[in-house]
Amino acid sequence: MSAEPLVADHGHAADEDGHDEHATTTGLSHTKLAMWVFLGSECLLFGGLISTYLLYKTRGNGRTLPTDVFDIPFTSVSSFVLLMSSLTMVLALSAVSRGEDEAGRTWLLATALLGGIFIGGQVYEFTTFVREGVAFTTNPASSAFFTLTGFHGVHVSLGIVMLMSLFVASVKGKLTQRNAETVEIVGLYWHFVDIVWIFIFTVIYLIPAD
Amino acid sequence: MSDTATSEHPEPATGAAGEHSDADHDEGHAHPSDWAYAKIAIVLAVITALEVFTYFETVLDWGVALVPSLIFMMVVKFYLVATWFMHLRFDSKLFGRMFTAGLTLAVGVYLVTLTVFEFWV
Repeated sequence: MSAEPLVADHGHAADEDGHDEHATTTGLSHTKLAMWVFLGSECLLFGGLISTYLLYKTRGNGRTLPTDVFDIPFTSVSSFVLLMSSLTMVLALSAVSRGEDEAGRTWLLATALLGGIFIGGQVYEFTTFVREGVAFTTNPASSAFFTLTGFHGVHVSLGIVMLMSLFVASVKGKLTQRNAETVEIVGLYWHFVDIVWIFIFTVIYLIPAD
Repeated sequence: MSDTATSEHPEPATGAAGEHSDADHDEGHAHPSDWAYAKIAIVLAVITALEVFTYFETVLDWGVALVPSLIFMMVVKFYLVATWFMHLRFDSKLFGRMFTAGLTLAVGVYLVTLTVFEFWV
């Protein structure tokens, strides 16, 4: 191992003793690889939930279906907000990788804020649906719809918690260019949540039910 | 926003195996500039606007082209986020393979499931 500090993925460096803490048998970050494997497995979870909704979407048992109360213009704005949060997330990573901690904190906070707006929109959508007679146990279609979008909402909420943890770590000086990979890994999770919503928005909301 | 490349990857460390192909170790590329990310976001926003536009059928009747068009736009957005924002375009191909394996398995399993339950009929 060279005593020369190694500048690795997104600014990782060797420690003071010259040991590269990120050197692995594959030459790749195992943490990042694990996140990609996890995201691959998440495809199966959301695939199952989406398929279930597609199979049940017309089973209303004579009661109101979720598709009857969709507010596409409202959901479009929410989708746009989540999409733009992917931009702020990648800008946060970019800033932290350059060692611009303050800019990184700003973009992390912006990402969490946009995620919060999305969740607020989802809470509003859910309460509106319930007022209009579509609750979780109304019919198989509504159960499948709330399970799918609820699971996605939980993922976004967990993402916000991770983003805020990064923000606090950055304020305390524990998140620097040296460990920018942590931001990248949280970013991968965040972008995946965005990708899932891209799929849900088209397949569940925009493609006509009949 | 900075318009310079954000980070450069070093030569990958060679471990015990030490004989991985270059294709698995293409981490030596610079990541795109912030402006490049912004341009991708603009493209994504335009596609989303187009998707929402299809909802207002009174403006333009998409007919049988509606569903294929929506799916095409969805796939383009998916691809752009995965390759640019998630850096699959620049990172090791192994990351992409791990993700693609899960995605392919999910798509395969659930297409079969939907077929078995006569979803397409």
